[in-house]
Amino acid sequence: MSELNDLYQEIILDHNKNPRNWGKIDLPSNFAEGFNPLCGDKIELYVNYNGDKIQDIKFEGNGCAISKASASVMTTMVKGKTKDEITKIYNEFHQIITEGCNHDHYIDENLEVFCGVKEYPGRVKCAALAWHTLNDILKRIDNNG
Amino acid sequence: MKNDPNCKFDVAKIRSDFPILSQKMNAKPLIYLDSAASTMKPRQVVESISDLYYGYYANIHRGVYLFSQISTEKYENARSVVKKYINAKYDEEIIFTRGATESINLIAHSYGRPNLKEGDEIIVTEMEHHANIVPWQQLCKETGAKLRYIPFDDKGELILEEYDKMVSNKTKIVSIVHISNSLGTINPVKYIFNKAKEVGAVTLLDASQSIQHVKVDVQELNCDFLAFSGHKIYGPTGIGILYGKLHLLEDMPPYQTGGDMIKSVSFERTLFADIPGRFEAGTQNIEGAIGLGAAIEYVSSIGLDEIAQYEHSLLEYANQKIREIPQVTIIGNAKQKASLISFLLEDIHPHDVGTIMDKLGIAVRTGQHCTEPTMKHFGITATTRASFAFYNTIDDINVFIEGIKQVIETFE
Repeated sequence: MSELNDLYQEIILDHNKNPRNWGKIDLPSNFAEGFNPLCGDKIELYVNYNGDKIQDIKFEGNGCAISKASASVMTTMVKGKTKDEITKIYNEFHQIITEGCNHDHYIDENLEVFCGVKEYPGRVKCAALAWHTLNDILKRIDNNG
Repeated sequence: MKNDPNCKFDVAKIRSDFPILSQKMNAKPLIYLDSAASTMKPRQVVESISDLYYGYYANIHRGVYLFSQISTEKYENARSVVKKYINAKYDEEIIFTRGATESINLIAHSYGRPNLKEGDEIIVTEMEHHANIVPWQQLCKETGAKLRYIPFDDKGELILEEYDKMVSNKTKIVSIVHISNSLGTINPVKYIFNKAKEVGAVTLLDASQSIQHVKVDVQELNCDFLAFSGHKIYGPTGIGILYGKLHLLEDMPPYQTGGDMIKSVSFERTLFADIPGRFEAGTQNIEGAIGLGAAIEYVSSIGLDEIAQYEHSLLEYANQKIREIPQVTIIGNAKQKASLISFLLEDIHPHDVGTIMDKLGIAVRTGQHCTEPTMKHFGITATTRASFAFYNTIDDINVFIEGIKQVIETFE
């Protein structure tokens, strides 16, 4: 199964089994749902944004190991970060899952596990679901000033 | 080997007609277990299309020259082949469409709209493909009719007592799936349609998953309408069939209008063509019809009884093997079942199963199979589905079972 190790690495399997920040936030400042109708994946994302940073973030949902691990890793990375900082991380993540990893450049070690996703075009959407849902929230924060 | 069906059925010969089955996928021999989504095409179908384009192609129903006549003859011959295959009475009862989805939409539009009104009811099942739900929902919105669903139990069998209570003189259309694409259940069509006929309702059979596996006789089953797609019976994509009883089709207005479906056109008015032309507007999918005709001739040459028997033996073998894996839960355990297995692997998501299988050269379908309400019944969002056709072998199933074990290993 060596050819699969690039995708189903231990870190992904671990985040899938023990997702970080799993659950709901009572009375979150922001909430969004994300769907992937192709595979029936679903995520509910709860955020507490204090006007400057994401103070707390939690998620629940149904999904494959890739989408769950991606959501789990995302929550650990964006907690305590400002919108600009998050956008930067997102851009890096997006580049990794669509174009792969260029190891000449610095890659955030948390995102390195997603280097293999590009080889599975059918799975890019799974990896991106949580991030797209978070983007929906950030956009709304934008619009509210 | 006692349960080796290869003894009776020459699967090697059949496989030699399907060159794609010798291909590799991800550097592994292709194990194609997704025939319920779409079937592979035998050489005979591909050649019928290349013969058309290389040998005698021209537009149909138009030219006075020889090639146009030959093309028209072959196109119309395909209609007769379909008619014979489903035991319709007349060639005119066979309409070429783009697929089962268009066939059902055509009926909803051209039969449903003019005939249904507020208070009328349409009955479908809870295990329909979205193609046999959404067109009726739209029709109900337009007409004020009500859509009702026959429920099914946890085995995946329809609860007929509920249906019996549901049927009344309000029932105008009963449209049901013959074989469920996500559960494999073979539904008791005859019972359901006989009951529908007692109250004068019109019946429609979605034969998308049955036409390639079991004998479908429209007269015996009391079908007023029947729909299926060519690509699921070893034919090309983009072609499908709508069967309708002559007297029903004759009274129906066109679905699309334009060229080739008219008797005469003036600036003031248009006289529509007789059936089937009335429902075949524009230049038709000539290669699709001819390819579908070739596909049905191919299936008939092997024999549906032989196919059904062989596929059933594959299902039995797969069932027996898969049940030896304790992590497997089968979704859909109807007594009458077609050759597919929908299953869960504990909490491993079907998409992960599918991706790992893909790397092993095994093509299975994962997801909700366009049957979201069916998934909801079981409180799940997706399954992995392996479907078997007459070109699959015991070896295919062995590789598939090993694949499941590798998936479990990966997630251990």
